Amino acid sequence: MLRQVYLDHAATTYTDPKVTKKMSPFLTKEFGNPSALYALGRRSLMAISGARKEVAQILACSPAEVVFTGGGTESDNLGILGVARANKKFGNHIITSKIEHHAVIFACGQLEKEGFEVTYLEVDEFGLVSPQEALAAIKPETILVTIMYANNEIGTIEPIAEIGKALKKYNEEKRKEGKRVFFHTDACQAAGSLDLDVNRLHVDLLTLNGSKIYGPKGVGVLFKKKDVSIQPLVFGGGQEFGLRSGTENVAGIVGLSEALKLSQADKDLENKRLISLRDYLWQGLNKKISRLKLNGHPEKRLPNNLNFSILDIEGEAMLLYLDEMGVQAATGSACDSESLEPSHVLLALGMPYEMAHGSLRLTLGHCNTKAHMDYVLKIMPGIVEKLRELSPVHMSLKKGEDRPHPEYKKHK
Amino acid sequence: MTNQPNIDGVGDSGQAWYYSDIVKDHFFNPRNFMKMGEEEEFKADGMGRVGSPACGDEMVLWVKINPKEDKIKECRWRTFGCGSAIASTSVLSVMITEKGGMKLEQALKLRPQDIMERLGGLPSRKIHCSVLGDKALRAALNDYFHKSGQHERVIVEGSRIIDQDLKITDHDIEQAVLDGAVTLEDVQKKLKVGVGNPETLPAIEELIKFYKEKYFGV
Repeated sequence: MLRQVYLDHAATTYTDPKVTKKMSPFLTKEFGNPSALYALGRRSLMAISGARKEVAQILACSPAEVVFTGGGTESDNLGILGVARANKKFGNHIITSKIEHHAVIFACGQLEKEGFEVTYLEVDEFGLVSPQEALAAIKPETILVTIMYANNEIGTIEPIAEIGKALKKYNEEKRKEGKRVFFHTDACQAAGSLDLDVNRLHVDLLTLNGSKIYGPKGVGVLFKKKDVSIQPLVFGGGQEFGLRSGTENVAGIVGLSEALKLSQADKDLENKRLISLRDYLWQGLNKKISRLKLNGHPEKRLPNNLNFSILDIEGEAMLLYLDEMGVQAATGSACDSESLEPSHVLLALGMPYEMAHGSLRLTLGHCNTKAHMDYVLKIMPGIVEKLRELSPVHMSLKKGEDRPHPEYKKHK
Repeated sequence: MTNQPNIDGVGDSGQAWYYSDIVKDHFFNPRNFMKMGEEEEFKADGMGRVGSPACGDEMVLWVKINPKEDKIKECRWRTFGCGSAIASTSVLSVMITEKGGMKLEQALKLRPQDIMERLGGLPSRKIHCSVLGDKALRAALNDYFHKSGQHERVIVEGSRIIDQDLKITDHDIEQAVLDGAVTLEDVQKKLKVGVGNPETLPAIEELIKFYKEKYFGV
């Protein structure tokens, strides 16, 4: 029997041994402070600038536009709060979507407390933001649009390049009035598998981090176009162009750039492999288990993401069984969160509560093989059957009769 | 909306598993649940149903009564819910049927914390998952009282309206406290209670204190 099948790569990944190998000297003998004058410090500084250049190459930007931070959440906060506060004189309106990561949603919530106005765009039943709606939401006071590249729960890939292009056109038309709407995207989930060229994406700011791409935790990047002014969140020694003070996490930075390089170089082959494994799993599950519903977009989704609802049972109970069998997964059920509400992402799709409670997210990664998929296919039907047997939901139905699927709420 | 975790992220029990061993045992080996197709054969004297899948928990409880001794003879259940909801129904079914069955008088007095205690505790954010059991039991016993003509024994779960405009009752406040509200502000965030009627605030604060003591002993 397999002892562990890790299917929660969207939560975090292990650190690739090639990455830890690169990091290791900077955790031991190369410990110098990059701000120091002596050679030991200068070697640390060189390691950071090397990493910065590598990241810049992948993003197709200048190294001076790469700011290292303490992770994805910090990059999102720095990008959003930083732009908003620095550009307050031009307006106080921000546009985002209802399915953003909490690092974005709560940063926007903080700005609302500071007097900003935030528009949370609706998404369709697949989780897609409409570029037309994003553009239509712009007001004279709008200074920032922030939309995630790919959603962490349902894996839906947003039309970032399209939105970026539309905003660019809008900005060109408004240039004479001295107005500009900045565009930020949270690319944490996308960084390992999608194109990160900031020119093709037409973004002014982009967030990514190490812990989703087989790099270390606690280190992130904020790409910030040269001509975008932002205000720092952390003050001190003026590191990272004054935007992120504090002695640099040298090992983390080196690890992040190596991880990014590796995952970007491998991505075409690995995407193909993951898609085929994932689709094999999904087809197999459908053959063996009735009443499953795919959440998210059928095609425009991350190669490693499978999110579905199992009707009549609850997600956390499912996770406990899977954990007992050595499978790590995630759910959008309220019972797995601090609040009593199911996932805000699933609810934003218009999904009925009971389907959100029964959602399961399996996210594949480098370590997964076909044998892992077969193992899940072997154990899952029994778990579902057992929990459905305990569930009262089916009770009032005659034998062989199925309860209709609960209906999605229609938008507008 | 908040996503601030407790510092006890791993679970209050501090054990490697999120829940206590008793919870784990009852979750993986549920006792007394109603098997498929067993309903008719069981011939229940009373049935109670509470919650709905949309709220995240639904529970159905059947009881068979020994009228001579006024005790619960047998019990069956089905639960849609998370691990602690399933385990708490299972342990409840054991509590009311063990040692020759529980006296109805005593069964009507069961409270969620009796179930939690028997389970060896639950992580604090999971307490609300265990509060359906005693409600389902009372509903099943009421059903029995109706069916057996003992109408005088039916317990009406009375509630008192606190905020006239919003029709918010003491039960709503009880639920808010069980759902994790600690301060007046928390309860107001959930219910908006008293926002338009500041004169109700002292009564609300009194209730919050009462339910906090009742359920959490603080």
